[in-house]
Amino acid sequence: MQKIGVFVCWCGSNIAATVDVKAVAEAMKSEPNVVFATDYQYMCSEGGQKMIQDAIQEYGLNGVVVCSCSPRMHENTFRKTAERAGLNPYMVEIANIREHCSWIHKDMEVATQKAIQLAKAAVAKVRKNAPLTSGTSPVIKRALVIGGGIAGIQTALDVADAGYDVDIVEKSPTIGGRMAQLDKTFPTLDCAACILTPKMVDAAQSEKIDILAYSEVEKVSGFVGNFTVQIRKKARYVDPLKCTGCGECTEKCPSRKGKNEFNMGLDNRGAIYIPFAQAIPKLAVIDPTQCIKLKTGKCGICQKVCSAGAINYEQKDEIIERQYGAIVVATGFKPISLEKFDEYAYAQSQDVVTSLEFERIMNAAGPTKGQLVRPSDGKHPHEIVFIQCVGSRDTSGCGKPYCSKICCMYTAKHAMLVREKYPDVNVHVFYIDVRTPGKNFDEFYRRAVEQYGVDYIKGMVGKVAPIEDGKLLVQGSDLIANEQVKIEADMVVLAAAIEPDPSARSIATMLTASMDTNDFFTEAHPKLRPVESPTAGIFLSGMAQGPKDIPETVAQAGAAASKVIGLLAKDHLVTNPCVASSDELLCNGCSQCEKVCPYGAISYIEKEVRGPGVREVKRIAQVNPAVCQGCGACTVTCPSGAMDLKGFTNSQIMAEVDALCK
Amino acid sequence: MQMTQKEWKPKIVAFCCNWCSYAGADLAGSSRLSYPAEVKIIRVPCSCRVNPLFILRAFQRGADGVILCGCHPGDCHYSTGNYYARRRMTMLFSMLSFLGIEPKRTRVEWVSAAEGAKFSAVMNDFVKTITDLGENVKLGDLRCKESLK
Repeated sequence: MQKIGVFVCWCGSNIAATVDVKAVAEAMKSEPNVVFATDYQYMCSEGGQKMIQDAIQEYGLNGVVVCSCSPRMHENTFRKTAERAGLNPYMVEIANIREHCSWIHKDMEVATQKAIQLAKAAVAKVRKNAPLTSGTSPVIKRALVIGGGIAGIQTALDVADAGYDVDIVEKSPTIGGRMAQLDKTFPTLDCAACILTPKMVDAAQSEKIDILAYSEVEKVSGFVGNFTVQIRKKARYVDPLKCTGCGECTEKCPSRKGKNEFNMGLDNRGAIYIPFAQAIPKLAVIDPTQCIKLKTGKCGICQKVCSAGAINYEQKDEIIERQYGAIVVATGFKPISLEKFDEYAYAQSQDVVTSLEFERIMNAAGPTKGQLVRPSDGKHPHEIVFIQCVGSRDTSGCGKPYCSKICCMYTAKHAMLVREKYPDVNVHVFYIDVRTPGKNFDEFYRRAVEQYGVDYIKGMVGKVAPIEDGKLLVQGSDLIANEQVKIEADMVVLAAAIEPDPSARSIATMLTASMDTNDFFTEAHPKLRPVESPTAGIFLSGMAQGPKDIPETVAQAGAAASKVIGLLAKDHLVTNPCVASSDELLCNGCSQCEKVCPYGAISYIEKEVRGPGVREVKRIAQVNPAVCQGCGACTVTCPSGAMDLKGFTNSQIMAEVDALCK
Repeated sequence: MQMTQKEWKPKIVAFCCNWCSYAGADLAGSSRLSYPAEVKIIRVPCSCRVNPLFILRAFQRGADGVILCGCHPGDCHYSTGNYYARRRMTMLFSMLSFLGIEPKRTRVEWVSAAEGAKFSAVMNDFVKTITDLGENVKLGDLRCKESLK
């Protein structure tokens, strides 16, 4: 005999103002199997939960329906309540009469009738519920960080500090990321390399951290606590155990046409190269698209000059497989391509550069050794124009609709650095708004204007055109003076919008982690779970989640690390018992379910099946409950109706359909 | 006759996946974006959990419209579930047309957890469409009719 209790929550006035909660409780009393129905102001409060526990014990309830807010909010709360009273937690169902009823309907009669119907559907479902037991799955105490920029490095250092093993997978030959390319950092103007490289060294020296540079994630399977990841270690053509990083080969390489990625293509590098002086790991790498030996078979100079004998032209990509409990996405960003922005003459003139290129020009280790010169003729510029929001806050379709967040501050930094080093250079900044929310940010910007005399012009630039004597004519508007402005500039610096690194898309697909329309990873909750992906076991660090500056990135990286540590500290995770299961008697081993399972949770076994009048050995499907995530794809595919999903069984959903269509 | 037409309200069942559309419906609720009370939501883990039989059953029991909402293509929490749902529904809806149920009575929509406004707009539109179509022909299980046995 089923005994079901119905508990109708007022949620203060959130529900009670539009739903006649007493009428709902009253109506439920006459439902078959309902032996108890009541209402209370806050079911989730201690008093409300006590009421449910008492009723379970007093009336011997074996099914509970709570009519309240969304199950996404309090399903867990009420399951725990039931468990405390000795009832299986999966004998609880929620009727969502707040988000799906009281909050969207104004008419009391209409809302009450709907609430009654939703409650009846929940009762119909709970009648078909069966007690479920959670299993446990072990947690592999190792984390993977994808991306070796400041976000990834910081997360790895923090996780390692707590005593767990971490691997950093970085697609380029060295860790360091974008921050390694920067000169100074706002708002303190400390040198990026001086604060980043010690962290890189720490990561390299940590016994807990394994840096897999020049490697890419190839395939991910598994689930929270137990991911299996295939990583492609790309061929360097250099033996990492022998290479000393002396750089002899890089100087002697006769192929000099490779664009130096570290310097944003402002100069060239050899086919064999070390990305930069502080690269970690400091190993040479051969670019197979440039190497004469690999392309034509003739050359081999690097092999001859290498006293360590590290060059190996036969090296092949290697695939390694490792297990992880948690994965952190720290794939970072890149500036957008400026091809669509013809008006700024970026493609036509070498003297129109992006801010990241300008960063390299200003850097002492950059292509000009830190001397501010025009890329076209090497002459010292006298007028520099900075253009803000190139592709940011752009709803025209050419750029990005969002604010890239860092450009206002780094442009103020660039302007200030130029004026400090070269007081003879006039600096103009065209801006839409100057956005400086951050500790000491506005003070920094004001210093640029007041102390360094940077000319800020509120307005947009319509056109940059190369004119005679190598100058650039910048035509814009000054919205405050309400006039057109023309400046003959020697250099133009474009604050290009930032976008997620293009590798992020395929990684998101592999991880089944969701992205927003701009390809930034979405968080589990924008306010309350900002460093977790909605996919369990996947965490977010740095720009991969959205535009942010270095302090924010470091803070988020630490937050992601603490979430990873919280997960790895557990020995076992409680698994979701709402998984698929196959009825041995009905299954005919057709293999359809295996094909649709995205997790590979289904396998087939030969088994002796016994039933009424049946005794045979046959091939049947078996679901691994630790791997099944409970999507239900197999249940619909199964032609014999053998596969069903616990917690969302065919009979449960049919019962709900029947109740709602009455 | 006019009286019954005035009183008639459509019965609409909305299957919503737990991760996107059900959350989208929750957001519509917390944003107080109203849609008609005729829409009743059934929560499923994924749009691919919706067996075509559930929809046939709804029409058999007198539903006037059935809508299935899932994550946007590419965003499925289970990576590929919504693709299965899309294919299955294409087949089913074609068969429903064959049985005499207007194609407008069935719909698949992609609603993300962030699209409360879209959820509300979709439901308003769907209820209007069904209301304009009027009462549905009721599919019946004739196996249960004694006289036909």
